[in-house]
This record gives sequence, C-alpha cells and structure tokens, in this order.
Amino acid sequence: MSELAARAPVAAWPHRYRLRRLLDSDLWWSFRKSPVTMVAAWVAAVIVIEAVMAPWAAPHNPYDLASLNLLDATNPPGWLHGGNWAYPLGTDNQGRDVLSAMLYGTRLSLIVGVSAVALAMVLGVALGLIAGWCGGFVDSVIMRVADVQLSFPAILIALLIDGVARSVLPHAMQGEIALYVLVAAIALSTWVHFARTVRGSTLVERNKEYVQAARVIGVRPSRIVIGHLLPNVIGPVLVITTISLATAILTEATLSFLGVGLPPTEPSLGTLIRVGNDYLMSGDWWIAIFPGAWLALLILSVNLLGDWLRDALNPRLR
Amino acid sequence: MIAFIIRRLFQSVLVLLAIALIAFALFNYVGDPVSNMAGQDATPQQREALRHELGLDHSFIVQFARFVGRAAHGDFGLSYQEARPVGQIIVEKAPATLELSLVAALMALILGVPMGVYTGLHRNSFLSQVMLTGSLIGISLPTFLIGILLILVFSVTLGWLPSYGRGPVVHIGWWTTGLLTLGGWRAIILPATTLALFQMTLVMRLVRSEMIEVLRTDYIKFARARGLSRRAINFGHALKNTLVPVITITGLQLGAIIAFAIITETVFQWPGMGLMFIQAVTFADIPVMAAYLVLVGCFFVVINLVVDLLYYVVDPRLRIERRHAANV
Repeated sequence: MSELAARAPVAAWPHRYRLRRLLDSDLWWSFRKSPVTMVAAWVAAVIVIEAVMAPWAAPHNPYDLASLNLLDATNPPGWLHGGNWAYPLGTDNQGRDVLSAMLYGTRLSLIVGVSAVALAMVLGVALGLIAGWCGGFVDSVIMRVADVQLSFPAILIALLIDGVARSVLPHAMQGEIALYVLVAAIALSTWVHFARTVRGSTLVERNKEYVQAARVIGVRPSRIVIGHLLPNVIGPVLVITTISLATAILTEATLSFLGVGLPPTEPSLGTLIRVGNDYLMSGDWWIAIFPGAWLALLILSVNLLGDWLRDALNPRLR
Repeated sequence: MIAFIIRRLFQSVLVLLAIALIAFALFNYVGDPVSNMAGQDATPQQREALRHELGLDHSFIVQFARFVGRAAHGDFGLSYQEARPVGQIIVEKAPATLELSLVAALMALILGVPMGVYTGLHRNSFLSQVMLTGSLIGISLPTFLIGILLILVFSVTLGWLPSYGRGPVVHIGWWTTGLLTLGGWRAIILPATTLALFQMTLVMRLVRSEMIEVLRTDYIKFARARGLSRRAINFGHALKNTLVPVITITGLQLGAIIAFAIITETVFQWPGMGLMFIQAVTFADIPVMAAYLVLVGCFFVVINLVVDLLYYVVDPRLRIERRHAANV
C-alpha cells in the first residue's frame, strides 16, 4: 500500500496527509535504515543551522574591523599553550576569531552554493524541457553545446567565466559583485547535468497518452510543458540537485582559494583557507585547518545524502 | 566507419573554431588593446596609426582569420604582465605541467588498478572496506585541502620534503626536466600525490565495479568450470575485459588532470601553466588567458577525439550497432 501511495503524484493529496505520507514512505524507511545517512543528515543540519544563525552563534563579529586588535593576531586555539578561550579556535593574521570567521564563511559558501544550484536548475530544466519538447534543430544545438561543455571539467569552465567577467568589469566594482559573478560562473558550469536528465525524461514522457490527450483537447503547448510534463520529469532532478550542491560548494571554495572568488574582506571558507595557507609554514596551522575540516565535513555529508537519495529513489535497487 | 570519423572530425573543428572565437573576442574586445599599448599621451593620429598597424581597422572576419593564423603559429602577442611573447612564456612553463601531470597519471594507474582488483575480488574483507571508506574521503576532500594537509605533515611537521617549487632542473634543449635530479624527485612527490589522489580513487572504484560485473558473467563461470586457475581467471579473463572502460575514462581524465593541475600548482607554487593562468586571471593578462584557453581547448578536443575513435576500434559491438542502424 505504502509503495503505491509513494508513487502517486504529490499534488493529488490533501495537505494534512503529507506528513503522514512522508513517514510511511519508502524514502523515510530507507533513511531510518541507514545509520551513515542519519549521521550525515545530522552533521549537515548542524553546519547549516550554525551558518544561518552565525550572527547569534558566533562569539565575535568578523566584519567589524573596529573590534580587531593586531595584538591578538595568530593566537593559537584555546587549549594550546598561549591560547585564549575568548578565541576558542585561535585567531588569524588580523586578529580575527577563526571560529566566528568560519561560521560567517560557511554562510557565504552556502549562499553561493545554493543560489548557484538554484540558477543552474532553473536554466538546465528550462533548456532540457525546450530541447526535449521541440526536438529537431533546437534540440541538437542545445545538446551539442551541452556535450562540448561536458567534455571540459566544471572547475575550468567556472574559472574561465570568472576570469572573463573579471577582465570585462571595472576594477572598482569587483569587490561588490564578486558574489554574483561567482554564482553565475558556477551555475553556468553545472546546468548541463540538469538539462541532459530533463531532456531524457521529456523525450519519454512527451509520447505518453496523457500528453497526447492534452494535445487533442487543445491545451496550449506552454501549458502542457509546464503543467503536465514538468511535474513528471522533476523526480531525478532532486538527486542531481543534492549532488550538484556538494560540487557547487566545492567549486566556490576552490575558486576562492585560488584568489578569484570572494575577497578577503568578506571571506568564504575557501578564502579563509587561502589566507591560512600563507601562515602554514610559520606553524600557525589552525587558520587553514579548521575552516578546511569544516568544509570537508560539509561536502562529505552532502555527498553522502546525495548518494543515499540516488539509491533510495532508484527503483532498480529496491 | 569513415563517415563517422569525418563527422567527428568536423565536429572537433567546429568546437576548436568556437574556442578560438571566444579567445579572439577576449583578446580584441576586452579592454582596448590600443590604449593598453599606446602611452597615456599618445595623440589621436598615433593611436590611429597603431590601430592600423595592429590591423584593428579591418573587418571582423579578416581580423578573426588573422588571429587564427597567428595562433596556429603560436603567436599570441605580448603578455601585459611580463612584456614578453606569450608563446615564449608557455614554452618555458609547459614542461613543468606536463611532467607533473604525467607522474600523477602514472601514479593513479599503478596504484589504482591493483587496489580496484583487490577490492573487487575480496569485496567484504576488512582491507577493502578501509580502501572504500578512504576513497570516499578522497573524493570529498577538496584537492587544495589535500595539498595543504600534505604540506603540513611532510614539510612543516616532519620536514622531509620541500613544500614549493620544482627543485633543481636540467635543461635538455628547450625542455627542462626535474626528473633527472634527486631534488627534482623530492619536489614532485607531494604535488603529484595531491593531483593523483582523486584520479586514483576514481580508477579504483571503476575497476572494482567493472570487476564485480565481469565476475558475474557466464564466461567466467565457464572458465571456472573448465578448472582454470584463479590467477588465470582473475587476471587473464576478468581484468582484461574491465580495461576498455578504464582506458577510456583514464584518457578523459587526462584533461581533468590538466585542469586540476591549476589548483595543485597554486598550492605548491609549481612553476607551470596552471599557475601562469591563475596569475593571468588575477592580473587580467588577456593574451596569456587567450593563449591558455586555445591550448587547453585543443588538448581537450584531441583527447576526446582520440578516446572516441579508440572506443570505436576497441569495442566491436559499437561498429555492428551502427551498421545495423544504418541499414534500418
């Protein structure tokens, strides 16, 4: 029974049954069955909540330059000799509290990652639907572009878009718009996966009877695509979204680490690691290692969640 | 078959032209080359003369054709940053990147394939579990973080290996190599490990899943029934048949290695093309960016073409399917 219910379209159910359905579904059952996934979900939840609550959770405000004191620079973590518990994970070269900078940095990393994936999803799903529905010339143009792009690593594409945008835009504006450039660069480097998947399912769905029926009774094509096709091709998109989120966060961190992402005045996790990398040789390891570990933990848990979701939604593995 | 090759070649040429077009647009329309090259107090006449000299008063198509022609000769103009021909800079930096990529690729294959075979044969052993968990961490850890950790452990704490640069190099003609000196080998260990780790986990997982798949097939059962030794079955029959996808993926991953070399070179200050590209991006040194774009673009197109053709040669099923499709 529950299996049938899980496959029925969500929109057909009254609102108050939804939670009940979620708890009865296969998805929830496979979630409860896998301890690794549950741990990953907890870790991801803690990291995200800490990041969202950063202004309240962090002991200091890393953006408030007035509160920084160079005398407190490169303090080791609290439990080490010479450490100060006011800065639990130590301070960086400007006397910034590493823990606070890390929480605020996670916030920025998540903002960039989530917006980039959202943009890539909208772009990819739209282009995939258009390619699959129209077919012919439009389809081959979109898919050729996708093929070419797929043969280059995403990081290279993002780096190129970012580099071009930097040289086109005036130097003074770069600090302010770095965030938007970064989001656009990452989104443009990941839309392909969405487009290919959606196009594939659209090609299958467009010949089914419900689409033909809608055509026969004279529903407008735009309405068929958005109202009828979209809900039926959106399933696999969920899995790609999760995996893309991990990749997007990783790409953002890498670009920022390379010095072409977010500026040091508003550091993301990648920028923090970049700053810390310069102090590694002098033995001040905590500036780079704590943000690095936090980043690795975030990416690992999102990846694990993505893997689980892929297996749980794959009917062949049931 | 010939039609397929021609179509594939045609596609590659189109892609290359598209890449060249992007590089050309970058080169000519980002910023004004005339004001970049002429001084602050150049008169309008001087600017016009320079414009004419650079050929900027010609039509778009003529300019583009000239750009492609010059690029084919390796002439990408002067670097804004170093005021030297870009081609010269690239020739200097290329050996470092190619050596690093080659060592990393070999490392990934030499370690990855045996690990994949082992985890495929002994699926539930403790060592396999350790390797699989390790590979998951290898995939999730960002490349630059692995590099930083290696530096922290082996350079800062233990002091065994250098943390930056190529060490002493030997000149052989225009090629410089670090592989003939002890210092060069010491310097390449950490960056190559960093670059190889991700590819190694990829090769291992691929070989493992292919092995598991192949070991289930009938011909392996039949080989067992014939009483062949385990060794002959595992290596002579099973491993051989897993190698087709491994070759393809490794070929495609060569491109990824070149791309990820950008990150590794930045971490270890390795004086190669990746570091050059990152510096060009930060300084908006457009000729260098354009040249790197064209070069890497060519590299990728050639790799993809070769892999596609190899696939076709190695896997007879593809040929038959296509012939079948053509007849229907």
